[in-house]
Amino acid sequence: MKQEGRTDDRSRKINLLAGILVGLGFVAFLDEAVFHQLLHWHHFYDRSTTSAGLVSDGLFHAFSFFATVAGMYLIADLRRRKSFWLRRWLAGFLIGVGSFQLYDGLVHHKLFDLHQIRYGVDIAPYDIVWNAAATIVLVAGAMLLSQTRGATSGHT
Amino acid sequence: MEGSTDWVWTTSLSLIAVAYALVVLKLRGLGRWPASRMVLFYAGLVTSGVALVGPLAQWAHRDFTGHMVGHILLGMVAPVLLVLSAPVTLVLRALTTRDAKRVVRVLRSTPLRIVTHPVTAATLNFGGLWLLYRTDLYALMHQYTWLLLLIHIHIFAAGYLFTATMIGVDPMPHRPTRLVRAAVLVAGLASHAILAKSLYASPPEGVTLLDGERAAQVMYYGGLPAELLVVIVFCHQWYGSTAPRHARHEASPVSGSAVSTRGA
Repeated sequence: MKQEGRTDDRSRKINLLAGILVGLGFVAFLDEAVFHQLLHWHHFYDRSTTSAGLVSDGLFHAFSFFATVAGMYLIADLRRRKSFWLRRWLAGFLIGVGSFQLYDGLVHHKLFDLHQIRYGVDIAPYDIVWNAAATIVLVAGAMLLSQTRGATSGHT
Repeated sequence: MEGSTDWVWTTSLSLIAVAYALVVLKLRGLGRWPASRMVLFYAGLVTSGVALVGPLAQWAHRDFTGHMVGHILLGMVAPVLLVLSAPVTLVLRALTTRDAKRVVRVLRSTPLRIVTHPVTAATLNFGGLWLLYRTDLYALMHQYTWLLLLIHIHIFAAGYLFTATMIGVDPMPHRPTRLVRAAVLVAGLASHAILAKSLYASPPEGVTLLDGERAAQVMYYGGLPAELLVVIVFCHQWYGSTAPRHARHEASPVSGSAVSTRGA
């Protein structure tokens, strides 16, 4: 019985972690695909980029695709142990999406001047929508997380 | 100058191709070497050849973007293919027991332990690239043939070493935990991305701004498939090694090496 309790504790953590990892990877992919490649709003490099900004951008780039793959394998691992818990995972996913977008919006765009959301427009409304959306997703994730705190992984 | 290096690459790659075929033939006679590893090996060899000889190599001499395409093939794609073909395992199986033991002793020696540590391998691999592109080395490389040969051998060897410390299926002296290796892998790939963006901002001596911008994007996006492949194989091996007992039979086909030098 003690053994079972410990496994359950582990699976709660892993479900959350898998969600956060896939969420980070998903939003980084969306950022690259939609804002860099499709809309061409973001720039590959902005002449005002600081070196701290470049380091942070590079780390996030590498970590995001590692996180996507690792997160998927964690889901596969949970499924083969029959302990995948969708709500818990979703809480992690929303937290991953929200926190990365907020980090991107505040630290990359504003603090490090890596690049702006869009060029040649009044940037304020874009910044507000970007960061407000991130905050809403983050709060939704935190609420879902607190809902799954008391429950057990039987509920999927 | 292209002509003067062509024969070096063609001769050495042909010799390796023939030697490999002879060793495999000898082992195949005993029915002991999988065809999939043979395919991986020759695919890796051809990829290196494409980067070193012929139209792509000539383009690489004239143009930084061409050089970057060659860098991805020689330093990233070819190493992944060759590492997964398990060449050290092949050599160990082809040798007599006494000679194989000697090789294993060398593999376990202190210098090799140091060189095959992921941090050393990452430093040689990514540090080498920073040295090549952020100093005058890249300009000098085009003046001296011997330097060009040496740098290309280094690009391949360091790429192979780094890939082997991450996803190697050959026997290796002690490897740190997967978490440490994952951290080194992410840091290494990050430094590759950072270097690419820094080349976009200021290309090496003698490279035009436009060429530098194109080459930087080739490096950043073009390297992605090979990087992704390393990450997928890495996670797949991790997944295979943590299988609960009842699921062991479906564990990774590429994670286990047939010969282990580890005592434990």
